[in-house]
Amino acid sequence: MTKKVLESELFIMLLFAGAVLTMPLWLAPIGAGYPDLMQKFAIFGLFAIGYNVLFGLTGYLSFGHAAFLGVGSYAAVWSFKLLSMNVLPAIFFSMIFSGIFAYMIGFVSLRRSGIYFSILTLAFAQMSYNLAYSVLTPITNGETGLQLTLNDPRILDAASSNGGALPSPTLFGLKMSGFEGFYFCAVLLIIGFFIALKISRSPFGLVLKGIKSNQTRMKFTGFNTRPYLITAFVISGMYAGLAGSLMAVTDPLAGAERMQWTASGEVVLMTILGGVGTLVGPVLGAGIIKYFENIFSAFNDRSLHEVLAFLPDGMENIVVTLVRPFVGEGWHLTLGVLFMLVIIFLPGGIMQGIDRIFGKSKKKKAAEAAAATARMGEEQHG
Amino acid sequence: MAEAEENTVLHIADIHKSFGGLHALSDVDLQVKEGTTHAIIGPNGAGKSTLLNVVIGRLIPDTGAVVFDGEVITGKTPHEINQAGVARVFQTPEIFSDLTVFDNVIVPILSKRDGSYKFNPMAKLSAQKEAHDEAMKLIADFGLKADDPSGSLSRGDKRRLELAMCLSQHPRLLLLDEPTAGMSRHDTNSTIELLKKIKEGGMTKVIIEHDMHVVFSLADRISVLAEGRIIADGTPEEVKANPVVQEAYLGG
Amino acid sequence: MDAILLQILNGLDKGGAYALIALGLTLAFGTLGIVNFAHGALFMLGAFCAVSIQSILTLSKKVKDESVTFFDAYKETPYLEIWFPEIGPTIIDWAVPLSILIAIPVMLLIGLAMERGLIRFFYKRTHAEQILVTFGLAIVIQEIIKANFGANPIPTAAPDIVAGSANIGSLVGLSDNIVYPWWRLIYLVFALVVIGGVFAFLQFTTFGMVVRAGMHDRDMVNLLGINVEKRFTIVFGLAAVVAGLAGVMYAPILPPDYHIGMDFLVLSFVVVVVGGMGSLGGAVAAGFLLGILQSFASTNEVKSIIPGIDQIIIYLVAVVILLVRPRGLMGRRGVMED
Repeated sequence: MTKKVLESELFIMLLFAGAVLTMPLWLAPIGAGYPDLMQKFAIFGLFAIGYNVLFGLTGYLSFGHAAFLGVGSYAAVWSFKLLSMNVLPAIFFSMIFSGIFAYMIGFVSLRRSGIYFSILTLAFAQMSYNLAYSVLTPITNGETGLQLTLNDPRILDAASSNGGALPSPTLFGLKMSGFEGFYFCAVLLIIGFFIALKISRSPFGLVLKGIKSNQTRMKFTGFNTRPYLITAFVISGMYAGLAGSLMAVTDPLAGAERMQWTASGEVVLMTILGGVGTLVGPVLGAGIIKYFENIFSAFNDRSLHEVLAFLPDGMENIVVTLVRPFVGEGWHLTLGVLFMLVIIFLPGGIMQGIDRIFGKSKKKKAAEAAAATARMGEEQHG
Repeated sequence: MAEAEENTVLHIADIHKSFGGLHALSDVDLQVKEGTTHAIIGPNGAGKSTLLNVVIGRLIPDTGAVVFDGEVITGKTPHEINQAGVARVFQTPEIFSDLTVFDNVIVPILSKRDGSYKFNPMAKLSAQKEAHDEAMKLIADFGLKADDPSGSLSRGDKRRLELAMCLSQHPRLLLLDEPTAGMSRHDTNSTIELLKKIKEGGMTKVIIEHDMHVVFSLADRISVLAEGRIIADGTPEEVKANPVVQEAYLGG
Repeated sequence: MDAILLQILNGLDKGGAYALIALGLTLAFGTLGIVNFAHGALFMLGAFCAVSIQSILTLSKKVKDESVTFFDAYKETPYLEIWFPEIGPTIIDWAVPLSILIAIPVMLLIGLAMERGLIRFFYKRTHAEQILVTFGLAIVIQEIIKANFGANPIPTAAPDIVAGSANIGSLVGLSDNIVYPWWRLIYLVFALVVIGGVFAFLQFTTFGMVVRAGMHDRDMVNLLGINVEKRFTIVFGLAAVVAGLAGVMYAPILPPDYHIGMDFLVLSFVVVVVGGMGSLGGAVAAGFLLGILQSFASTNEVKSIIPGIDQIIIYLVAVVILLVRPRGLMGRRGVMED
């Protein structure tokens, strides 16, 4: 196959859609073929794809994206409460509200760049989190989290009563649980991926990359970089809102902890682990992290001993003691270690690793190295 | 402020700029005629780069104004000034070193075509036929390769690339900040030839240069800047003959 | 008037903690050019120094309780009290002040190890990468603490002698209404002493002069043939000690848990930005200022006017400052102004 075919949109989309839709098949052997987990892959994949539109293309490191995720969740649950259990209005309103919210935060934060931008987004996310817990309780229901109740008006589908039980989200009557739920999220993931692919290959996307590479030059080349950055910020905020609403679709509950800045850290990690600025990387990163979170956090002493039973007794105990802190409750420790290792040794993420293994032309590598050193030099002086 | 003469495309009118107590520019008044190459020379720290920064909107002067093509551009943002038709080559090449040569060249073409902001995330970059062809032609003219990562180019090639990026916008005014600094004699000569060729196209240029060989090969008019003031202004011959200049700069 | 004075006092101890952490952040940033998101973790480690010392000192065994005569009763008695009935209880009582002595070398070692083992490889990498790797380190440290000490806050008592409150009002001849816990007063004084110490160190020692010169122009100092790198490493250790001490002393005020570091880190970064990135004086001033501001925002009067303001006041101030005066209150011109 020629390079042209391999890089064509159609080919990439077919490959991606094929891989996503057949997930139940090829994930089954590694124990991840069940809908709940795969749904998570899709949701966090969307979150990371959107984050990458900002961080990957423009290089602006936001620590506030969890806030948009939270806004999306709240908006979706409110849509379930007030309008209908149909997921489409919920998704629509989530994206609208998170987009507006992102516009407001981006409008202010993007007046600065670099570390100042990071701290501004961090401050806004922290404010949102604190407010969601305190004065905004009428909207967010504070610590308890926003939930469905039987007395919710649900004006659009008031006629259908659920026999006294809480209703669950549907797509025109189709229940959003099990494989239906997964395929719904999977289709959205594919659409989201397609849009990100289009963006990165559009003139608009090239301008964003130009901003990442050399914002000064962009300004002296006649580009008004601010609206470009705000647009990218809003787009990535809307992706986060979509992911947040899908979380509410899976489980109609929204809590403020989703907005905490450590949650923003997680999406940064997913993007970096997969490969910042690459197309598939963020999805891959999200999948890997959610997969290992699922496996690692499920372990406890007993299951560890079972798994390691093939070892001689003494050895088994030692290994269990060594491994124990990293699994179960200790999953975050593994996450932190992983975070450090990736940034230290593989700042380009898994996609860079794959490139290294399967070899890239030497010329390109040398070029990258040269570019990297040049950048370092500039930063030192600048 | 002196009245703008006929054919003046750039009028730098009575500019003052100081940093803290230091007067970087005082009473600078310059007129650049359409289609000419105007060199600004002067010792280090004379305020040459500051002057260019004032023109492109990177610095805002304390007093005075810059008039480009009959319109005051002082106080406008750099992108507005660029869109009005002013492009600049920097002393250290400002290119997109993470991108390929092709991307580097097509970005300014898009800016010229689409203006300072256009939201077209669903358009295909590879389908922008005219812009694509124009970029490819320019890259070939400059002896560069479209697929090369620009970060790994030699210093001289980076300068050439930056020049190509600026020319791709067909600016009415091109500002060049020491375009041959650090170049070998051979590269310098080929750059001179290149700039001469551009001159035939009628583009106005303002050039800052230390290398007198370059200055006297290209300039139609020379202004000498020393300690933030213009101490001489005239044709190359006049400036060469000016005793003040000889003392201050050419070293007698 | 009294109420205002009281609120100022209330803000000062928290402000002291912000100032100490922000001071260390600024030192690391100004000298090494490192944006250290693990600095809050150092504060937390300091607090857990106090917790550890306290739990080591109170290692106990079951001893028969002689006061109960009807049946055999046992109570936990610390070894220290068994071995040294005279001074044992006093030593335990003074666990927190004692911890300071232990914390200084421990934090210094941790700081040096961190700089040599990790940070120095990141001098030439982007700020984003520095933020991310130290963020990862912060997670690692906090999870280790969580694994060893659990997730709940651990109360750590100040010595009994300073347990009560000082009637500051009558001490300085004002109203009796102004009472303030002794320990928080001590914290404030302690913070001022440490800050004064750091400034004196930088101002009056040759070492400090070189460091300040290096902060200003690293290449120049290198040209003079002085090994700045080595001194900067020590400065990083110093920053770790300052953060650690701030943590040790804060333990009796707020029972430490594993995420106390992150909580303070975010606020301290905001403090640094408000004070002006790279300005030591700015960091200290902004620390106290924001502490006081927060304390005022927490009063019922203010909260009734603007609900929720206490939760966001610091961030709000930071946003405003960053937008109208990007280099902060006292930041040097041109330092990360963009």
